[in-house]
Amino acid sequence: MAEITKANGIGDWFDQRLATKKLAKVMMTEYWIPKNINFLWAMGVVLVVLFKILIVTGIFLLMYYKPDVNSAFDSVNYTIMQEVEYGWLWRHMHGVAASMVFLVIYIHMFAGIYYGSYKKGREMIWLTGMAIFGLFSAEAFSGYMLPWGQMSYWAAQVITNLFGGIPLIGDGLVIWIRGDYTVADATLTRFFMLHVFLLPLAIILLIAVHFYSLRVPHVNNQDGEDLDFDKESKKYLDGKKKESKVVPFWPIFLAKDFFVVGIAMIVFFYLTFYHFNFAMDPINFEPANAMKTPAHIYPEWYFLWSYEVLRGFFFDIAGISAMDIGLAAFGFANVAFMLIPFLDRDPSVKPAHKRPYFKIWFWILLIDMVVLTVYGKLPPLGINTYIGFVAALTFLVLFAALPFITKKDAGGAK
Amino acid sequence: MRELKILGVVIFFTALVYIGVEPFAHSQMHPKVAPADFMFKDLKTNNKIGNAAKGAENFMNAGCIGCHGLKSQGMPNPMDDATASASFGVISPDLSSAGLIYESNFLMALIKDPTKALKVEHKFNESKFHPMTKFYGLGGDIDQEIADIVAYLKSIAPKSLTNSEVFEDACQRCHDMKYANQFSKSDFTLLTKYMGSTAPDLSMMIRSKGKGYLETFINDPQKQLEGTGMPRVGLTKDAQAQVIAFIETTGDRKKAERESLGPKVIGFMFIFTILAYLWKIKIWRELD
Repeated sequence: MAEITKANGIGDWFDQRLATKKLAKVMMTEYWIPKNINFLWAMGVVLVVLFKILIVTGIFLLMYYKPDVNSAFDSVNYTIMQEVEYGWLWRHMHGVAASMVFLVIYIHMFAGIYYGSYKKGREMIWLTGMAIFGLFSAEAFSGYMLPWGQMSYWAAQVITNLFGGIPLIGDGLVIWIRGDYTVADATLTRFFMLHVFLLPLAIILLIAVHFYSLRVPHVNNQDGEDLDFDKESKKYLDGKKKESKVVPFWPIFLAKDFFVVGIAMIVFFYLTFYHFNFAMDPINFEPANAMKTPAHIYPEWYFLWSYEVLRGFFFDIAGISAMDIGLAAFGFANVAFMLIPFLDRDPSVKPAHKRPYFKIWFWILLIDMVVLTVYGKLPPLGINTYIGFVAALTFLVLFAALPFITKKDAGGAK
Repeated sequence: MRELKILGVVIFFTALVYIGVEPFAHSQMHPKVAPADFMFKDLKTNNKIGNAAKGAENFMNAGCIGCHGLKSQGMPNPMDDATASASFGVISPDLSSAGLIYESNFLMALIKDPTKALKVEHKFNESKFHPMTKFYGLGGDIDQEIADIVAYLKSIAPKSLTNSEVFEDACQRCHDMKYANQFSKSDFTLLTKYMGSTAPDLSMMIRSKGKGYLETFINDPQKQLEGTGMPRVGLTKDAQAQVIAFIETTGDRKKAERESLGPKVIGFMFIFTILAYLWKIKIWRELD
């Protein structure tokens, strides 16, 4: 046991018992981050801030929300929005933060793809990150159900129904997920449990693993340069700060992040107060009505691309129904990004602009995602269905082509 | 500078997605309709100058009081709510405020041919009668008689009403406004049968439909929702503005608070950002 002496202050008292000085070094002042980075490296911290906003506002909302099909809508739209002091603010912040989290996740993710930050030891960072994305998707979907508006109900109806497409167990699975033959009170209460307990818990744990998985392979940098962190950090500690290629997480790295977070928060609060309809769909301000199907059912914007992959295959091919092809493509789309580290066969870590073929692949992928997202919302009529089909097919082809493209880049670099 | 270039790319793609899924997609889903027409130009105009005193007589002789009340003149509805509901599917309107909230030309066209003015010809016909029958005249010039009745209604109408009162007279025979604690007096089941579908509660309409939609919809429901059972009610521009204001204060009661708090919070983040930037400059000076 460590020798405990009379503490010479409160900091020392804690240090003797919890090794707080060592902890601060490991976590903050001697956690080394490359210096050669840009603001895209701040997205992680922006996400942490947004997630904290979601937790805090969520706790406030939880105090008045009622998970019951007869009172959910009014508890949100009357009690919280009108009766509770600043209840509207917590709800708007919660709704807008949920949408913005996905925007920042996509930026974070595409920065990772662009700079090749998913390979050569960084696979676990990528995989845990994509798993967090998956959990956030479930979290967003379950949360969207809670106000029990028209979109809550019909999105739940459509999405839970998708599981019916799984061979053999499909029909039983749908009932198991809903807890009833249709989307009903049992569905609402179980998704409420998922939204406020199980999924946030899993997300928090996974975020911890995500951060931990950064420690061994270290953070990537703008040029994919393989840094000797021991050597570089020694330079920094010896006072050769200009020469060193690394900086400590606190205060250097975070000083820059705080600035980026500030900008993000200006945008966030502008949206919260003045431009919230994109995140809080007007149709969901109509109470759920099982007898009245809305004219247009569409998911929130961040699910549109995968929704369009599902919808894109609108005709039967070789006796397989359009629905089954769509479901298979949709299933693949949801794991496609997880596979990137294993589909990329170029061992070197370089930004996309230094990889001639991958560069083209990257920009086509990004544009295809935008096309899928936009056409995922448009009514599937006329030319829209064909554009959706081509975009969905392009998405699949891109992932199938990735091993060959990266192999070619690797060969050319010799 | 590289960071700005990257920022430009991020903003470009974000804006592209935003424009695609919001303004563009919504313009595709909800094509623009012609603006509200408070003159009701599709109806014939009646240029006769009405005489209120004659109109009062006509009102009695034409049998209007068989169904309608004029509470302000000491004439309550001839039927109680339950009887009216059972007879017509909906309680019949008291006309005390009709001269104020409904457009005169619309009222005249309505008296002459109710289903046409109300735009419910798709629901009512020779075999299924609208509860309000056409006025066939008292033997004289029918247009003059109608003009007199409308002049009478205008003469007894109050000078002004509160937003909630306009809503009560114009909308509440069918619609509830739960969050303002105002409820329709018509029997819900009979009303639903009469209308062909449920008349929705309007508490959150301002958030679900938005002002722009309500402006054209209330003026002429068929324009936005073809085939709907909701009649065109013929509100004047002012009365409709009052109805929308009432819908807004009920469904978005905290709008003023929201819009006044916004600049303070955003201003706070501005100051935070400037300080963060200065701190960043100071800290990074010894590194770059």
